[in-house]
Amino acid sequence: MARVLVGVKRVIDYAVKIRVKPDKTGVTTDGVKHSMNPFDEIAIEEAVRMKEKKLVQEIIAVSCGPTQAQDTIRTALAMGADKGIHVEISGAEYETLQPIHVSKILAKLAQEEKADLVIVGKQAIDDDCNQTAQMIGGYLDWPTGTFCSKVENNNGELTITREIDGGLEVIKMKMPAVLSTDLRLNEPRYATLPNIMKAKKKPIKKMTPKDLGVDFAARIEILSVEEPPARKGGVILPDIDTLIGKLKEAGHV
Amino acid sequence: MFTACFRTLKVSNKYGLLARYESTLVIAEHNNEMVLPITCNALSAAKKIGGDVTVLVAGNKCEKVAETVSKANGVSKVLVAENDAFKGFLPEALTPLIIATQNQHKFTHILAGATAFGKALLPRVAAKLDVSPVSDIIGIKTADTFVRTIYAGNAIQTLKCKDNVKVISVRGTAFEAVPLEGGSAKCEPAPSGEYKSSLVEFIKQELSKSDRPELTSAKIVVSGGRGMKSGENFKLLYSLADKLNAAVGASRAAVDAGFVPNDLQVGQTGKIVAPDLYIAVGISGAIQHLAGMKDSKTIVAINKDPEAPIFQVADYGLVADLFKAVPELTEKL
Repeated sequence: MARVLVGVKRVIDYAVKIRVKPDKTGVTTDGVKHSMNPFDEIAIEEAVRMKEKKLVQEIIAVSCGPTQAQDTIRTALAMGADKGIHVEISGAEYETLQPIHVSKILAKLAQEEKADLVIVGKQAIDDDCNQTAQMIGGYLDWPTGTFCSKVENNNGELTITREIDGGLEVIKMKMPAVLSTDLRLNEPRYATLPNIMKAKKKPIKKMTPKDLGVDFAARIEILSVEEPPARKGGVILPDIDTLIGKLKEAGHV
Repeated sequence: MFTACFRTLKVSNKYGLLARYESTLVIAEHNNEMVLPITCNALSAAKKIGGDVTVLVAGNKCEKVAETVSKANGVSKVLVAENDAFKGFLPEALTPLIIATQNQHKFTHILAGATAFGKALLPRVAAKLDVSPVSDIIGIKTADTFVRTIYAGNAIQTLKCKDNVKVISVRGTAFEAVPLEGGSAKCEPAPSGEYKSSLVEFIKQELSKSDRPELTSAKIVVSGGRGMKSGENFKLLYSLADKLNAAVGASRAAVDAGFVPNDLQVGQTGKIVAPDLYIAVGISGAIQHLAGMKDSKTIVAINKDPEAPIFQVADYGLVADLFKAVPELTEKL
């Protein structure tokens, strides 16, 4: 039976309206509500469902980040992951942490933990990169099913339905493999209170990137982070005729 | 094995330092019949970087596409790789081809459109080159400094890329399309090799068929949200769209409720559009939806809730019941 490694990221909650720092170095994160990246909840859910179908033996949740990343791992454990690995990275290194670093860590851990499957979200809603799964696949030379909306597992052969621009696509791949989840793959469960209590007893192994021999040199320099240009205020129109008038005036119709 | 592979790749990177001029490889996106419009936007970004622009056309049928691309303005060379291995355009097969091409030509930049194709392929290529890719850029300041959005378009990040080879996906709506005329590039074969992947197999595509313009390049988009109440009611929007020669889009709520297929989703995790006119019908305007449409030139919102956040970005708002307003609008146009 397969062992699954799931990558989870702690991000600013999806419902929060973010604020750009006045000094243009980034966005304000202190005192802002954080939670698990929504796509990663879907990744954990998929792994747990595979375990419930007895296709998976063990689920390992991994997060790279500061101390608080442990809360995200606990959430994954409460949803049904068996154990956690926290790769601690904070301060300046965390500021320039890129999918290239995270994917190297996950690739290394996948080998060390003898995982047959790595599942991550298709993108983190903070950096919006959409790179990690693809890069893990590249480093490990494993096939990668990106933007999955359906995964069927027949004895180590995966049939995957992917969300592509014009519709859907079906591919078949052999394990070991990497998957990235799209929104429609499943509906993640809520962790119940008893499961949250049980999760406190599950082990979380703490590591540093050095333990894994991954080079953390910054690949980018962030020159600035700014507010997008604000749209000028619009008007509420009284009726359809006025709307059509405005659209004609602007040459749209 | 893991570290050994890193070491060899680092050696190949060093050649990048010797390059005096920028040279860009654009990976063409096509369907074996025609080149897709996003490729022309990526070419425009490549021209902005400066230097030579080479286009790679890989697929199981390339002749027609290569011929079209060779006429694109500003393209100096077209590399053609026709091989059954590229059926379905799988990244596992295309990546070794791109790496072989890169080893031969030593490009400074490798670009593709930020579509499902480009997003699935480029990061795998970047991993093989051991460089950090840059996703979905909206601006180019210099050959190593790029602009992109983060946090669902609510912040704009300018970053300097330190890697010698820049692997970049380009947001189509942020760069004008290069015309497919005025050029006369030479077509040459790309490096040949055994590219067929034994790890993965393309089975089939199920594409939604529509006579309406394509969502990401349409001049006018009419989108529906949860307020449409059912898939049946989307007919109201199709009629309006047909009157305007518009594409039809949707919010995540409408897709999740099963009103329309997922490829119509506009937003942070769906498609990014920037048409001349965007008409949002029964869409509240969540952060994630706005991320996909707020660069539209003119935004019209039709919603019965005057407090809906969509009105904060709309140029023209109509507080009305969509089931009355949309048929009336269609009628009067």
